[in-house]
Amino acid sequence: MKQDAFVLSRWMEGTGPEADTVISSRVRIARNIEGIPFPYLASDEQTAAVLAQVSQTAAAQKEAFDDFVYHRMADLSHQAKQVLVEKHLISPFLAKESHNGGVLLRRDEAVSILINEEDHLRIQAILPGLQLEEAWQEANRYDDLLETGINYAFDERYGYLTACPTNVGTGLRASVMLHLPALIMTKQVNRLLGALSQVGLAVRGLYGEGTEIIGNLVQVSNQITLGLTEEEILRNLYGVTRQIIEQEQQARQALLNDSRQRITDRSWRALGLLHYARIMSSQEAMQLLSDVRLGYDLGLIDNIDRKLLNELLVIIRPATLQLLAGKELGAEDRDLERPLQIKKRLNRYVDKTES
Amino acid sequence: MICQECGQEQANVFITKIINGKKIELHLCERCAREKEELEFSFQPQFTLHNLFGGLLHENIRGSRDQIRIAKTQCPSCALTFAQFSQIGRLGCSDCFAAFGDKLQPLLRRIHGSARHTGKVPRRGQGAVLAKRELERLKEELHRAVQKEEFEEAARLRDQIRAMEKDLEQGGNEA
Repeated sequence: MKQDAFVLSRWMEGTGPEADTVISSRVRIARNIEGIPFPYLASDEQTAAVLAQVSQTAAAQKEAFDDFVYHRMADLSHQAKQVLVEKHLISPFLAKESHNGGVLLRRDEAVSILINEEDHLRIQAILPGLQLEEAWQEANRYDDLLETGINYAFDERYGYLTACPTNVGTGLRASVMLHLPALIMTKQVNRLLGALSQVGLAVRGLYGEGTEIIGNLVQVSNQITLGLTEEEILRNLYGVTRQIIEQEQQARQALLNDSRQRITDRSWRALGLLHYARIMSSQEAMQLLSDVRLGYDLGLIDNIDRKLLNELLVIIRPATLQLLAGKELGAEDRDLERPLQIKKRLNRYVDKTES
Repeated sequence: MICQECGQEQANVFITKIINGKKIELHLCERCAREKEELEFSFQPQFTLHNLFGGLLHENIRGSRDQIRIAKTQCPSCALTFAQFSQIGRLGCSDCFAAFGDKLQPLLRRIHGSARHTGKVPRRGQGAVLAKRELERLKEELHRAVQKEEFEEAARLRDQIRAMEKDLEQGGNEA
C-alpha cells in the first residue's frame, strides 16, 4: 500500500486525561519466538519464518486483526518509513536496519506491531493524554492474541527473553510524553528530572534515546523491566508522572501570577510568527508551538486546539513535510515549505481570532 | 567519611538509590564512583552497555585465566561467545540465557536491581510457573515463622509446602 496522504494518529487527538501536560502515553512489549535466534543473528530464512508465524497467527485471528494493515519495510520508500517514525509508530531501527522487517498497523494508528526489530516482536500502543493503563490493556490484548499461534521465548527466572538485557523480564517499556514549559522556563526541570533516574526512570527528548529536549517536550520511561510486575512498573511511572504534572501546574500558576502579560505576549507573538514567518527551522517551530500550547493551556489563547498543535508537531518534521509538499526537499527548501504548511492549517484559526 | 569501595580515599560522592522500594546508600570517592559507573547512572540515563559490561568483567573476575575462560563461554545454539556479548551488548538467542547463566545474573541485578521475573507469564506453562512462585512465597513464610518461633504456623506451612511439592513433581512427570 502506498502512503501518500497524511492521516492523524489516535494520539494526536489531544484528548484524554491530563491532556494539558501529557501529550501521549505509550507502552511497548518485547517478545521473541522460541527456537529462532534474535533478529540480528538470524538468517534470512529465519527472519522470514518470524514473518510467516506472525501473519499466520494474525490470519487465524481474523476478526481481531481485521482493522490492521501490514507494511513490509522493503516495500516502503525511505520517506514513507520516516513518516511512520515521525508519528512514533515505528522505531528508527526498524526503518533503517531491520532485515525482513515489517509492521502491522491498526487503522487508527494506536497499535503497531513491529516485526524483526531488535526483538522478533515489539507490540506498541500509543494513546493521547495520560492513559498508561489503557495503553497497556491494548498492547496486552494483542500479546495474548499473538500467543495463541506463537511459542514465546520465556524463562521462569528471567521472564520474557530479549536480545538486550535491559528489556528482559516483562519486556515492558512504558513512557509518557510531557510538555513542561513552565518547569523548563523556571529552570526547575533539571532538579526534578535528575531525581527520576534515582527511582528507575529515564528521561529523553522527543525522539527517544540520545535526542535532546526541544519544544519543552520530555519523554519519561521506566528503566527496570525485571523483578517488578507490569502493574508495578505502570503504577510507578503513573505516580511519578502525576507528581511532575502537579509541579508543572504549580510552576504555570506562578508564571501566570508573576508575569501574566509577558506570557500572554509570548504566546501571541509565537502564534504570529507561526502564521506570518516565511523561513523557519523545525527547532524554531517546535519552540513556537510550545509557546502557543502554553498560552492555550493557560486560557490566554483560544480559537485553536490541541489536535492542531499535535498535528503541527508532526508535519514540521522533514519526511512528513516532504510528503505534504509532494516532492523531495533539501534542508533549505524545507525551511521555506514549513511555514507554508503551518500557515495553511492556522489560517482558519487566526482569521477567526482577528474578526 | 571514607570511600566504601577502596577504603582509602575520602568519599565525596553520595548516592541514594531506591530499587524495588529498597533504599541503598553508597559513599564513594570520585575514582571509585567513576569505576563503578555510578556517576553515569545518576547523571546520564543513556549509559552505554559497553561500560557496564566492562566494569562487570573487571569487578567480578580475578585473574586473567578466569577471564579468558569466561570470555570463551559459548552458547551451544547460536555460537555467540560471552566476549562477543560483552562487546555487542546483545544476546544472540533465547538459549544464551542458560549458556551464560551465572555470568548474566550480576549484570541483570545491576540493571534491574533484581534477577527474578515476577510479571506476566505466557498461558502455556502458566500453571507450573505460578505454582512455583507460590511455593517460593510459602518457603519464605516458613523461614520467617521459624525465626519468630511460631512453630505451629511453621508446621502448617511445612505440610502445605510438602503437598505442593508432591503435586508439582507429579505434574512434572505427566508433562
